[in-house]
Amino acid sequence: MSEAAVIDDAALAFHLLVRNPALFGGIVLRGQGPVRDEMVAFATAAIGKNGPVVKIPPNVDAERRLGGLDLAATLAAGQGVVRAGLLDSAAGGVIILPMAERVAANVAAHIAQAIDRGDLAAILLDDGHEPDEVPPAVLTERVAFCCDISLLRESCVRDWPKAKKLAKVDRLDNSRLQSIAVTAAALGIASVRALNFAHAAARAHAALHGRKVAGDDDLEAAVRLVLAPRATQIPQMEAPPPEPADSPPQDNEADEGNDSRKIEDIDLDDILLEAAAAAIPRHILDQIEGRALRGGKGQVGRVGQKQKSALRGRPMGARRGVPGHGRKLALIDSLRAAAPWQNIRRRATRADDRRKIHIRKSDLRIRHYEQRRESLTIFAVDASGSSALSRLAEAKGAVEMMLAQAYVKRSQVALIAFRQAGAEILLPPTRSLTRARRALAALPGGGGTPLAAGLLAARQLAEAALKRGQTPTVAVLTDGKGNVALDGSANRDAAAVEAIGAAQGFAAQGLASIVIDISPRPRAEAAELADALGGRYLPLPQAQSAAMVAAIENL
Amino acid sequence: MGSFPFSAIVGQDEMKQALLIAAVDARIGGVMIFGDRGTGKSTAARALAATLPPIMVVEGCRFNSAPEQIDASPDYVPGQKIKAVKAPVPFVDLPLGSTEDRVLGTLDLERALGAGEKHFEPGLLAKAHRGFLYIDEINLLEDHVVDLLLDVAASGENLVERDGLSIRHPARFVLIGSGNPEEGELRPQLLDRFGLSVEVRTPEDIADRVEIMKRCDENERDGRGFAAAWADEDGKVLKRIAKAKAALPKVETPESILEDMASLCKAVGADGLRGELTLMRGSRALAALDGKKQVTRKHLKKIAPLALRHRLRRNILDETGSTTRIERALEELFG
Repeated sequence: MSEAAVIDDAALAFHLLVRNPALFGGIVLRGQGPVRDEMVAFATAAIGKNGPVVKIPPNVDAERRLGGLDLAATLAAGQGVVRAGLLDSAAGGVIILPMAERVAANVAAHIAQAIDRGDLAAILLDDGHEPDEVPPAVLTERVAFCCDISLLRESCVRDWPKAKKLAKVDRLDNSRLQSIAVTAAALGIASVRALNFAHAAARAHAALHGRKVAGDDDLEAAVRLVLAPRATQIPQMEAPPPEPADSPPQDNEADEGNDSRKIEDIDLDDILLEAAAAAIPRHILDQIEGRALRGGKGQVGRVGQKQKSALRGRPMGARRGVPGHGRKLALIDSLRAAAPWQNIRRRATRADDRRKIHIRKSDLRIRHYEQRRESLTIFAVDASGSSALSRLAEAKGAVEMMLAQAYVKRSQVALIAFRQAGAEILLPPTRSLTRARRALAALPGGGGTPLAAGLLAARQLAEAALKRGQTPTVAVLTDGKGNVALDGSANRDAAAVEAIGAAQGFAAQGLASIVIDISPRPRAEAAELADALGGRYLPLPQAQSAAMVAAIENL
Repeated sequence: MGSFPFSAIVGQDEMKQALLIAAVDARIGGVMIFGDRGTGKSTAARALAATLPPIMVVEGCRFNSAPEQIDASPDYVPGQKIKAVKAPVPFVDLPLGSTEDRVLGTLDLERALGAGEKHFEPGLLAKAHRGFLYIDEINLLEDHVVDLLLDVAASGENLVERDGLSIRHPARFVLIGSGNPEEGELRPQLLDRFGLSVEVRTPEDIADRVEIMKRCDENERDGRGFAAAWADEDGKVLKRIAKAKAALPKVETPESILEDMASLCKAVGADGLRGELTLMRGSRALAALDGKKQVTRKHLKKIAPLALRHRLRRNILDETGSTTRIERALEELFG
């Protein structure tokens, strides 16, 4: 899409939201810059006329978010002073959520509830760079629009002289509603919310342009603005869209009459689909392609990012204890413990004691953090040559065995296979057996051994895991004989040098690893590789799953 | 958004069925709903709660006490005069990341700091008493909160021993969980506590999806008119539930059907007694909803996937889904 078109679409989505915040639930504005600042300022002014606009800092605590007792004021006044939570004070208006891609799961859940109740709309400011750095799915699901404005230099704020009231615009006719449904299906959108948003957007677009009845232009805009950013697959253009004439008759016959759709309607579906395909934002495209590469089915959605925020050591309440030695005082909890005794203690003290609060040592509480360093085991499996299938099957067995215990241990597993020209992530980090099964169902095997490529892929995954606060362990299953260089050529010498180089880079990162030698007769190459990796070497000619799991767990 | 009329929900028959069964017999122990986002899970649960007739509660009681059970309320002072008022069936949405305090209840800080009194501030469990407790994305809920919930759901009572408080109050609710198994598995212990489980998919049929858009739009424009248009249908559902509730104690379960249930559980390898119990209660509730006096194999077959699919032990070598395994067993046993 050209930049002008991107600006137009961002402007459209933005103005649709500003005019009907409650109806659309919100918008994701991806990318920083002056354009976004201007949009936020405009929205604040425009929506602020009718309701509150509240900014929610990303680190806001539950008390402030949901409201509760204002401790400082309560102590000063000697009676309970309740402060409304940020979310409550935004009722009937809009919240602005900076750094939405990093918002914690619990904060997102509360906001999602408020959107569901129709209390407020959310403007999510998404500063993510990587394709998988996006706001939590619970939120993106509930807001109608998502605009990538990172490349915009020009203002998005417009005037709409002809705009009408939304209530004056009629419902879409049957065949246009059907077009929305068909397009959504082709884009692999499962959610029914998306359909309703698209319908509302078509009507609101018509209202914006002063039309009483929504036409094909309005529909196309709705598809671009609402459906395209939710695509989970790239539509197959050459295939005809599903035959709507086959669908069973509507139970609602009074409406619009004819069920059989005309040729023009089907053409309209094509046009819509093309419009949608052209409007899929870049980071969503990257996501879809990334998934296709890993062999996913595409309907997974934006799985996984959510768990990120849950992993960090999170405060787990407080317990009795004296602060110091790195233990932090839990102020609220200490006061809470002291509170019931205040009257009694005051009575027991001398008259000249002016202390407002009486706190004893036994009241002190310290913060208690949960150390939940989740572990991630990355299997990098040599899938080359004739024995590949049995090796892969064993690796698969080990992955599943580890996963079967994963919900107890909260550990994740990933699987990389390297063969022929490169490495492939067969199973991105997951705790889900369901996903693992599906990804492992079709295991490719055979070809050369791009060992260096495999190691690099494992290192990338491991580093990403470290960033998320996980502890990665890499298990390389190979005979250590690389014969395909990084550029894909069959050059044994270059491959060997590169493999050792990649392994040393790996070791420099301090990543824990183990090399499991799965050749029928253990060889020097694999041991050398383990040495370069700075990891353990385990010859395991039969590659038994159980022994493998035991070895990795003992690392 | 106001609540959507229960009968206006398009498709999703299995989910609606499971919710109705839970409404008829609360002892069934909750419903777990697996499925993608935006498939109407919370809408359906919320709609059912709103459809049910109002309950009588004691005015001012923060524990939703029924007038005849006011003794159990910590708020009640013996001899105190009470007044019964109508209240809607509670529906509590438990957000991810809820703290223990919010779930169980805690010391009322306001009273404690202000008046120096020790007073209990009820949590979400008290709010959900006699109603529904809905937990979206239950598979992402903190483990310790899940443990608390399981404990209370099993005992029907919330016992708080913390912050120098010692309080117990009844907390009986229909637990409704939802989640997407692709985003993390549920612990088997938790799964087993749910009576029924259903798998919802997004409606594939284009006509259904069009119908959904129409109805949502109508609801959005004129919620009251839309509710009125569906009031008759909702009334029928209500009558069906009321009838079934009344008939439930009289529904008979023949010995042969009980044997069928036991052999089915054995065949699919469902661990524990809970599977059989749920099969029995579920089939009975289903028969009652159908207006039948006796449980038949038809009811058993219909309820089996809902009652058992989440209790099958994971078999790493068998890739078949649980539902298929149950259906296969049903086919083999009963033809």
